[in-house]
This record gives sequence, structure tokens and C-alpha cells, in this order.
Amino acid sequence: MSRPRRERRRVIAVDAVGPYRLIRLVRGTIEPGIAGQFFMLEAPGRVLPRPMSLCLAPRGELQFLIDPVGPGTFALSELAAGDQIHVFGPLGNGFRLDVPKPLLVGGGIGIAPLPYLSQQLEHPPAVLGFRSDEHALAADLVPNAEVVIDPVFVTEVMPTDRDVLACGPEPMLEAVRALAPEAQLAWEAPMACGYGACYGCVVEIDGELKRLCVEGPVLCSS
Amino acid sequence: MQLLNASGCLDALTAPDVAQSLDAFVTKTVTPEPRQGNAPVRIAETDCGMLNAIGLANPGRNAFMREVLPQLRELHVPLWVSVGGFAAHEYAETCAQLADVTIELNLSCPNVDEAPESAAQIVRACREVTANPLYAKVSPHSWDMGETVRAVEAAGADGVSMVNTLRGVALDRRLAPILARGAGGYSGPALKPVALAAILAARRATDLPIVGMGGVTSGRDVLELIACGATHVALGTVLFADPAAPARVRDELAQECAGLGFASPDDAFCAALDGVVNVAN
Repeated sequence: MSRPRRERRRVIAVDAVGPYRLIRLVRGTIEPGIAGQFFMLEAPGRVLPRPMSLCLAPRGELQFLIDPVGPGTFALSELAAGDQIHVFGPLGNGFRLDVPKPLLVGGGIGIAPLPYLSQQLEHPPAVLGFRSDEHALAADLVPNAEVVIDPVFVTEVMPTDRDVLACGPEPMLEAVRALAPEAQLAWEAPMACGYGACYGCVVEIDGELKRLCVEGPVLCSS
Repeated sequence: MQLLNASGCLDALTAPDVAQSLDAFVTKTVTPEPRQGNAPVRIAETDCGMLNAIGLANPGRNAFMREVLPQLRELHVPLWVSVGGFAAHEYAETCAQLADVTIELNLSCPNVDEAPESAAQIVRACREVTANPLYAKVSPHSWDMGETVRAVEAAGADGVSMVNTLRGVALDRRLAPILARGAGGYSGPALKPVALAAILAARRATDLPIVGMGGVTSGRDVLELIACGATHVALGTVLFADPAAPARVRDELAQECAGLGFASPDDAFCAALDGVVNVAN
């Protein structure tokens, strides 16, 4: 496992991907880790950093896909080339990559870890769902993807004979789990620290509230 | 001056290197029975701080003694155990089982029901059963901090910790509370002026050691708490954003002292009590 590091990193650029933003940072000596792991990104002017899963790791870069919906993600989306922010990671547990017939399933900004996952699994098929054509522009980041737009759901087109690795909104993950009980699901929760200190990000696992940053964010659903 | 963590702001077993960068590690509050804590959502950032409603999640006294404490001792960091309960005898029963640690009585968690007894009554019950150093962690929700501190001192406290979080609420876009519990404990930079005022009032009332905390993010903040009468300082919310905060804060503190002509942070002790600071240059 890669040892997490917290360092200041320069912003190379912030690219528009439909309504989303792809934040490109200088990688330096920070390890990208395994797809599904996350990093705490300093959100300028905010008290707490924001947990973001790695989207892509081309040579010398760490890239994060952001949906500017609140003050933290908005501050991140306003970064400009040359700005510097603290980056802490990789944190948590990523996807298990030893699956014979992978299928990636993503919804909305939940596709964020899938481009890097697709690369690590050598571009398996993917099913991606978005709420609009404009949001679906982000599907270009994931090769071999079948795209559906609301009101069509990913679960309506998802084959059930494959090893599912999914990330998306909670209702989508629940629906995927109902069809594919063995799926690996990447969950989301508000997080203050990302390293087990705050106990803010608990989710129910096996009937107990456990810290998603320590036990997840990728959990096997069965 | 020792640098500690605020209780509940660090897990030494998941981040031992952070705990070892402090002069002492303060545990999350231990209650007699295991507690899952409150349902999520448990945290919310606000413009100048954050709210938490964790609800004293902990494995309970027995599992703490049997499984957690032995692992903590292996870290070779001086230990403070935060003790909680819902009645004075519950606090005392835990205190009676603890040896070779400093005890901090959590008398002020805003996220659970409180014990019916007063802070002083709880301190007295614990004092009767332990000779360990005994600190009382008090709430900032007091109009007369001097009175609170005199009462816990008379009951046998060896020191006081202040401040715990302030109760607060944050609303989402649809005007519903973000936290599942509704209200939570407000911490972070906004709390510093509250902490400074509480420490000043307490220092005027007692000569006991005071662990100051509340919104500390920099070396300058540490010096301000010392100037108001804190003997030790604890880091809370800043540890969430910056696990390297202890080393950074120490560096900044040394620079701040040098800039003000202090040989050590202790030279600033109580400087604000007179309203006069002897600033070099």
C-alpha cells in the first residue's frame, strides 16, 4: 500500500468537462495509489479539506473530477494555474482489481474514480448514467462506455453476469447491489479528516456504524 | 507548555505518528457501555468552523481497558483518558479502574444527555476513588466561568480543560438541519475568542493548570491562549485539516516568541491579564 503524504502541490490547469471541472495537479512524489482510494484536497478559504477520489494519473499529474455544488467544491473549481493547495493521500481502500470479468458502473459525478480504474483494468466495458447530455460529456473520460441519460437508469442496461465495480449516488448503488450482490461499491460520506480522526463519515457496515475513510470507501456489498 | 490534542479529534491507533508528535495523547471519551454514537449525518462545515454530533462513539469501558489501552501504551506517549458517563457514579467507576494516566472528565459534551449531577459533584465522586491527576473539561456555556472553576477546584480537580464545543445548528439549502441530531458542537477558528475569554476568567479565579483549547490553528493562537492563562494547549479541528499541525504550530510558536522577544512561550503566561504585553522593539 502507498503511504499517504500531505504536501503542497501546484495547479497545472483546471479544465471544463461539461459542467464538471478536472483539476490537474503536479504529482511530485505523491503516489496515485489504487483506483477508488481518495485524497483530501485543501479547499481555499474553507476550514476543512474535501475528499476526492483520484480520476486520472497521467505521468507527473494527479487529476480530480469535481462537481461544483457547494462552497468547498466551488472553491476548488475556482483554482487557477499556478495556485498551490495541500494534497493528502492516497487514503482509504480502493477497488480490488483481481476480478475476471469487470464491468464499471457509474452515475453522475460518481464516475470520478472510473477513468483511473478503467486504465488499471485495461479498459473493461462500462455503463454510465447522467442527468443531462451536458453532464454526459464526462463519459469521454471512460473508454468502452455505454451512456444512458435520465430517465433511463444504469440498472436498466447493466448486464448481470459480470464483476461489477460501481460508484455513484446512494440510490444507484442500492439498485446496483440489488442486481449484483457481489458488487464492489464506492460510497460517499461527509468527511472532516479522511484519516480516522473525526468519526464523522460513519456508514452502517454489518449492522455497525464504521468509519468509511478507514473501512472504505470501497466496500464489498455482500 | 505541553501540546495535546483535544479529545475526539485524533485516533492514535489509526494515526500513531500524529499522536507521537504531541506531548500527550488524549483519548476519545470512554463511557461505561459501548456506544455506536449518533446516526449520520454527523458533521457539517460552516463558514468559520464546523459542527459535529458524533455522540461519544466508543467501545465502552471494558473493551477500552482490555483492548485499546494496552495498544495505546505501546505508543510510548503520555496518556490522558477522557472519561464520560450519564451519572456521577459512572464516571467514578471508570476512574477507579485507571492507573498511570491523567484523567480528563468530560463534563460538557453537547451531543448527549447530561448527568443530573453538577460538574463539581462528579469531580468529587471521582476524586474519592482516584489519586491520578484529574482534569475537569468544562463547557463554554457558562456565564460565570470563575464560579465553575472554583467549584471544580473545591471538589478536588487538579486542573481544568477549556473549552469544549459550543452548541450550534447548520441548515441545508432547503432550510432543514444538516446534522441528523439537529444540533451539534461548534468548533474551529470561530471558537478562539470564546476560549480566550473563558481562560481569562478561569485564570482570574484559580492557580490550577489550565489546558486551553478552542479554534487553535497557528503558533500565534497558542501564544494567545497562554497569554490568557493557559498552561497547556490542545489542538482540535485543525488536526482534521492538517495532521502535521503539531510540528507546524511548534515552529510558528518559536518564531512568534522570537518576534516578541520571549525566550520561551511560558514568558507570555498571563500577559493578557494585566492588559499589558512587554513587546520587544
